[in-house]
Amino acid sequence: MERTLYREINATQGVWTLAVIMVGLVAIAGWSVLYVEHHGHAVTGMNNQIVWGLPHVFAIILIVAASGALNVASMASVFDRTAYKPLSRLSGILAIALLLGGLLVLVLDLGRPDRLLIAMTTFNFSSIFTWNVLLYIGFMGIVAVYLWVQMDRSVHPKYVKPIGIVAFVWRLILTTGTGSIFGWLVARPGYDAALMAPLFISLSFSLGLAVFLLVLIALYRLDDRLIGDEIVARLSHLLGIFVAAAMYFAVLQHVTNLYAAEHAGFERFILFEGGVITTLFWWGQIALGGLLPLALIFGKLPTNVPSRAIVASMLVILGAFAQLYVIIIGGQAYPFEIFPGYEVTSSFFDGAIVSYSPSFYELALGVGGVAVAMLATGVAVKVLRILPTNLADKKS
Amino acid sequence: MSPKDNFVLPDLPENPSRRNFFKSGAAAVTLTLAPGITVMAFGGTAASAAGADAGKRWGLLIDVNKCAKDCTACVTACKDENGWAGYGDPEQNSQWIRKVTMRNKATGHETEMPVMCQHCEDPPCVDVCPTGASFKRVDGIVLVDKHTCIGCRYCMMACPFKARSFVHEPVNNQKPHAPRGQGTVESCTLCVHRVDKGQIPACVEACDATGHGAMVFGDLNDPASDISKALASYPSVALRPDLDLNPGVRYANL
Repeated sequence: MERTLYREINATQGVWTLAVIMVGLVAIAGWSVLYVEHHGHAVTGMNNQIVWGLPHVFAIILIVAASGALNVASMASVFDRTAYKPLSRLSGILAIALLLGGLLVLVLDLGRPDRLLIAMTTFNFSSIFTWNVLLYIGFMGIVAVYLWVQMDRSVHPKYVKPIGIVAFVWRLILTTGTGSIFGWLVARPGYDAALMAPLFISLSFSLGLAVFLLVLIALYRLDDRLIGDEIVARLSHLLGIFVAAAMYFAVLQHVTNLYAAEHAGFERFILFEGGVITTLFWWGQIALGGLLPLALIFGKLPTNVPSRAIVASMLVILGAFAQLYVIIIGGQAYPFEIFPGYEVTSSFFDGAIVSYSPSFYELALGVGGVAVAMLATGVAVKVLRILPTNLADKKS
Repeated sequence: MSPKDNFVLPDLPENPSRRNFFKSGAAAVTLTLAPGITVMAFGGTAASAAGADAGKRWGLLIDVNKCAKDCTACVTACKDENGWAGYGDPEQNSQWIRKVTMRNKATGHETEMPVMCQHCEDPPCVDVCPTGASFKRVDGIVLVDKHTCIGCRYCMMACPFKARSFVHEPVNNQKPHAPRGQGTVESCTLCVHRVDKGQIPACVEACDATGHGAMVFGDLNDPASDISKALASYPSVALRPDLDLNPGVRYANL
């Protein structure tokens, strides 16, 4: 059997250029955080109506992508798909890096980020947030061990599968926790649905794989390493299945809501009258983020395999962003139903659909989180033997 | 019983000096000595932490018929008492209590009423708070511990009554009995500082002063209290009864 050689990537000019850009983005994010913390969240677009804004969209997209990025490793060690084995290390590294980026965004948007120690030491176990803190930290630890048993040749390979199973189950629970942040909210008509957990899991599968594909192809091109069409086509095909699954849950969510008269107003807002939210739903989530990637992958459009994979992955990420924006911002923009049967007005915007314009600081923080994830991945593949030297198709 | 069940707001001098503030700094911490025993202080004394009465359940009854149109006495009184007056953007300003105008879609009938923290028996804000900063006293008053609130705003996502606000800007000239903090969440305290002294909330006092008498405050556990008698004698409802949160605030003639 041919042995896979893993080597650090070379510091090419492209790698350096990207690193400098990422450091720049992180610096801008850091400045934004300091600015917001000094002046208060008054300088952001968030308010007492839209309490979670763009930073939360970025944080959750990174956290959801993190759990999904681990799927490639799971397929190799849990489901014995040996073709993915050479990609397992990158899968683990990317999962940790994305989670790190997402958590940083989440923490740095707190009203009191200086009290992080309180969040790490004072737990309320009836809060899904508390469980998520433990799930996120545990995920990093388990994936670190998972990587270690894969990379340390003194560790017997028989340990890879059991730890892989633990990591796989853990990531399913973790994404259940992330979805349940919204699913367990009884207060708002857009949430309060057990479906949120499997919906987030399905989203993590497609989003995580899309991010993985893009990072994989980018790293191989940056370092002039060979990556064959076969593995890319295989991953793309899998991406298509995951996209279809994610769309299934999204359609189910809205059809179920449409069936219940009490949710008709909310659905009318999301599907028809929500302005930006409606546009993001139909064009971002459904058309560009769902149907077009499916057509690209399964319609075998006359482009080469890597191009198809790259475009489809970008569209899936765009669609996931749109979907989370619709869920997070759309779910808050629609008014509470405190007084069913009444038209309500107040100085606190009761009964009103509220708008949200994200500020530069929020965008900078979110992009900074992505940059942290990419930097961490880059540093890892530079100093550790993560990437196989050659992923070219095997000649038959 | 949770460590905070006996929490009461401490007495602070009306104008705490800088020296006194730092002298009290040593006490401005939360120390869990053992399960159930918590020293929580803001320069307060042990006596002031002696506690809420577990035998009581404080509540409010609001008679919507008596709530006068365009009267905002309760809102103004709460602002004055607790110092949360807005500073600019109405979307970002805090509102501990607000007047809501309701128009019946079927009949066109209009009513007004104040809405504030409903002091639920099973408060979703307390359930979701990751640090336990949102908590309920044994006497039913739901509060935010400003020392442990990290400003995640999950309680604001979870509250079905839109009763909570996030402090978006630096705050100055706070009332010593109602500490606020940039980057933390706040809401109606049912004027806990007054209640612990045997007084009634500022909104109720102001409503009485106008002569409308639309708000009744009292102990829901005491059958002889005015609020219990009123609740027993005519129909009242809770907001969002479908959620079964058993709020301490009730509305009559809604």
